[in-house]
Amino acid sequence: MALDSRVPSGPIEKKWDKRKFDMKLVNPANKRLYKVIIVGSGLAGGSAAATLAELGYNVHCFCFQDSPRRAHSIAAQGGINAAKNYQNDGDSVYRLFYDTVKGGDYRSREANVYRLSQVSVNIIDQCVAQGVPFAREYGGHLDNRSFGGAQVSRTFYARGQTGQQLLLGAYSALARQINTGGVTMHTRTEMLDLVIKDGHAKGIITRNLVTGKVERHAADCVILASGGYGNVFYLSTNAMGSNVTATYRAYKKGAAFANPCYTQIHPTCIPVTGTHQSKLTLMSESLRNDGRVWVPKEKADAEAIQQGKKKAKDIPPEARDYYLERKYPSFGNLVPRDVASRNAKMMCDEGKGVNGTGLAVYLDFADAIVRYGKAEAHKHGLDEDDKETVQRLGKEVVSAKYGNLFQMYDKITGEDPYEVPMKIFPAVHYTMGGLWVDYDLMSNVPGLFVLGEANFSDHGANRLGASALMQGLADGYFVIPYTVGDYLARIPSSERYLKGAFSEDDGEFTAAESVVNERTKKLLSIKGKKTVDTFHRELGHIMWEYCGMARNEAGLQKALEKIPALRAEFWENVNVPGDGDNLNVSLEKAGRVADFLEFGELMCKDALERRESCGGHFREESQTEEGEAKRDDEQFSHVAAWMYEGDDKAPRLEKEPLEFEYVKLTQRSYK
Amino acid sequence: MAERKMNLTLKVWRQKNKNARGDFETYAAKDISSDMSFLEMLDVVNEGLIEGGKEPIAFDHDCREGICGMCSLVINGQPHGPDDGTTTCQLHMRKFSDGDTIVIEPWRAKAFPVLKDLVTDRSAFDRIIQAGGYVSVNTGGAPDANAVPIPKAEADLAFDAATCIGCGACVAACPNAAAMLFVGAKVSQFKHLPQGQPERKSRVLNMIGRMDQEGFGNCTNHYECEASCPKEIPVRVIAELNREYTRAALTKR
Repeated sequence: MALDSRVPSGPIEKKWDKRKFDMKLVNPANKRLYKVIIVGSGLAGGSAAATLAELGYNVHCFCFQDSPRRAHSIAAQGGINAAKNYQNDGDSVYRLFYDTVKGGDYRSREANVYRLSQVSVNIIDQCVAQGVPFAREYGGHLDNRSFGGAQVSRTFYARGQTGQQLLLGAYSALARQINTGGVTMHTRTEMLDLVIKDGHAKGIITRNLVTGKVERHAADCVILASGGYGNVFYLSTNAMGSNVTATYRAYKKGAAFANPCYTQIHPTCIPVTGTHQSKLTLMSESLRNDGRVWVPKEKADAEAIQQGKKKAKDIPPEARDYYLERKYPSFGNLVPRDVASRNAKMMCDEGKGVNGTGLAVYLDFADAIVRYGKAEAHKHGLDEDDKETVQRLGKEVVSAKYGNLFQMYDKITGEDPYEVPMKIFPAVHYTMGGLWVDYDLMSNVPGLFVLGEANFSDHGANRLGASALMQGLADGYFVIPYTVGDYLARIPSSERYLKGAFSEDDGEFTAAESVVNERTKKLLSIKGKKTVDTFHRELGHIMWEYCGMARNEAGLQKALEKIPALRAEFWENVNVPGDGDNLNVSLEKAGRVADFLEFGELMCKDALERRESCGGHFREESQTEEGEAKRDDEQFSHVAAWMYEGDDKAPRLEKEPLEFEYVKLTQRSYK
Repeated sequence: MAERKMNLTLKVWRQKNKNARGDFETYAAKDISSDMSFLEMLDVVNEGLIEGGKEPIAFDHDCREGICGMCSLVINGQPHGPDDGTTTCQLHMRKFSDGDTIVIEPWRAKAFPVLKDLVTDRSAFDRIIQAGGYVSVNTGGAPDANAVPIPKAEADLAFDAATCIGCGACVAACPNAAAMLFVGAKVSQFKHLPQGQPERKSRVLNMIGRMDQEGFGNCTNHYECEASCPKEIPVRVIAELNREYTRAALTKR
C-alpha cells in the first residue's frame, strides 16, 4: 500500500487555500449530528476540542490527568514562533518556512511546513483575543525574543511559562464549550485501544483510572493528540504520565508509525544527580539568548572542577572555551538544539565536563548581568562603573526575563544561578516521529486524525525551539476544523453514528474490549519479583546507551537483542500489586511500560535502517570531517513509515519520498 | 551542596477509596539522599512497599517541575511543605534532617473529596472556570495581536494573576476552605486586560455563584492562601475579587 500525502497541486503559497476551497462542507445545522472523539487535552487536543465544539460538532474529549489544564504542553517554557515580523528584522512566512525545513535537516514535508508558517500569525491573534498575557514592551506592543536556528526575533513569550499561558488559553476556550454542553470531558480516563469498523476508525476503548471501569466509546471519527514518546528513555523532560500507548495501539491497529527514531535531545537541562532520579528538568532554550556556554580549555582545569578543587570563578576568561561561539560564529550560542547537544557531549567526551560526574557544561549569565546592568545604569543616569549598582540592576533585568527558570534551578540544585553559572547537560525532550499523516492530518487509517507531537509531520529530523507550541495550536485551531469537516461530510447520512448506523455493542467494540480486559488480567496475575519502574529504568538505559545522542550499527543490533529479552522477562516477572477495579497506579504504569517495551524495539529498528545522520538522528558512521551530521539524500530522502504485521513478524517499511521544490538541499551550516 | 543521607519516619494518610475510612500508617524511609525531591523519596518508599507485596501510596503528580499543578500533599501541616513558593514536586529532601518524622496528608476540604490515599478530586475548580473563567471568543476572526496596545504595567499585573496552576493549596491552607485566591486570580487576570472587559460583570457573578455552590467557604483574612501558594499569588487578587463582585452586583442590569 502506497502512502499518499494528498498534497494539493499548485504553487506552495496557494496550496492551503486551494485545499480549503476543494473541501466538502457540513451545513452548520448538521454539525451537531456528528460525534467526534479527541484523545488528549494539550495544545493540540484542547484547541481542537474547543474549536470543533464552537463549530457545532458533538465532541468527546479524554485525558488521563485530573483536569485538561494539566496536559504536558503546560510545561513548555520559552515561547511560540510566528512570522509576524513585528520587529521589522526581515521575517516572513517564507523565512519561517525555510528556517523550519532547514532546521529539520530537510526531512519534513514542504507543503505542511509552509501551511504551518502561514497560520502561525493567526495563532498569536487568537491567543491575544483570549486574554493570554504575552510579554509586552513599554509602548504596549508585543515583545519578541530569539530562539535557536533563526537570525530573526520571532518568538512570542510569557516570561518562562509560555506553554502554561497558551494552554490555559486553550483550556479556557474548552471550559466554555464544556459549559455549553458542546464538549463532554472525560478526565482521569486513559485510551487503551482503537476500534476500527469497516476499515474506518470509529471508536476507542478506555479505562476510568479511578473506578477501573473499562468503557467503549463510538464516534464518527477519532482524533489523537496524545503527545510524544520521550518517556521510552525513562529519564526525559516529559511528565511522568506521558506515554506512547494511544499512538502505539493505533499502530497495532494498522496506522503507520513514521520516523520513530527521530528524537530531540535538548541541550540545556539540569544534569542527573543519582539513580533515584525520576525525571529531568529543562532550562529553556531562551536562556541561550543571554547565557554563554563554556568549558575550561584545559583538561586539568576541568578535572580540578570535577574533584571540587576549583570553581568556575577560578578559571580566568582566557582559560575558558566558549566553544559554540568559537565554532559557529554567526549563530553562536543560538545554534539549533541537535548541534548544541552534540557539542556538549563532545566536550564531555574529551573530559572537560564541569561537575562530579563529568557530564555537564556551564551556562553563564555573568556577562549578561553586567551588560544589562550598565545599560540600566546609563538609562537612569547612575554610575556605570559602580560594580554593586551594575550587578543589582543587571540581576533585576535578568530576573524579569528568566526569573521563574532561575528559581526552578535554585530549588532543584540548591545553587543560585545569579551568583554561579548554571550546569547543564542534554536530555531527551521531544519526539519528531509519530503517526504518519497526510496533508489533512489524517493517518492511513481513514477517520483517524493525529495532531501535535503525536504526528510526524512538520519538524523533520530536528524541531526548532518554540515551534512545538506553534504546531500544536496550528493543528488544533486552524487545520483540523477544516479537514475533519471534509471527512465527515463524505460519510453518507445513513452511516452516521448518531443515526444509529452502529453502536458500542457491535462486535468490533466488544472484541477490542475483551482484548483490553485480558491484558489487564494478565498484568495483575503475574505477581513476579520486579517492579514496573525497574523494568522501565532498564529499558531507559538500553535506549539511552544505544539509541541516544549517538548511534551505530553494532550498538543498535545489541539493543535489538536486549529489548525483546527484557520484554519477555517483564511478562514473566513483573509485580503489579492490587486489583483492576479501583485506582491502581502500578497497573496504569505497567500498561504503558509494556507498550514502551515493544515500541523501543521499533525505534531501534528505524534507527538501524536509516544509515545516515540527519538532525537529531546521529549515526556515527555518517559524519562530516568536523563531526557534523552528514545526510545521504540519495538513499534516505524519505519518510520511513512502519506498518504492524503481527507480534511475531517484523514490521513492514513503507517509504514516502520527500520532494523539495522550494528549499535547496545542502549541508546544513550554522558557521 | 554536598549530598547527605538520612533516615526518616513517615506518617501517611491511607484511604482505600472515596467511601472508606482512612487512617495514618507509619513507614520508615531509609537511606534517603538530600538530592532527592520529596516525590522521589515517596517513589523509593513505594518501591519498597511493592517489593513487600503491598499497594504503593497513591498520590497525584505529573510534570514534576512545578507547573502542571497536579501534585498536592499537606506536609507537616503545610500544603506543599515547608519551602516558600514551591510545589511538592520541587521540594527537595535537603530541607529535612536525619531522624525527622514527616506527616503526609491529602488536601482537606469538603469540595475536594479524597479518592484514594493522598489523591483528591479537584474538579470543582474546573467547574468554576467553566462558569465564566474565559473570554467568549470563537476561533478565527481575531484582530491583529498588536491592534490593541496594553500598558506593560497592566499586562504584568494580569500575568502575575495568570500564573495560578490550579493546585488547590490555597483551599487546603484556608481554615474556611475558601477558593477565593483561585477565583480572584482568574478574575484579576481578565480585569486588567481590555479583552476581559465585555464580560467583566457576568464573569465574576457566575464564578462566585459556582464557587458557593461547590461548597467552598469565604475569606476571613487569614492570608494562609498567599503563604502557601507555590506561585506566590498575592491576596490583592482577593481584594480585587471583592471589589469586582460588589461593583457587578450593584450595577448589573
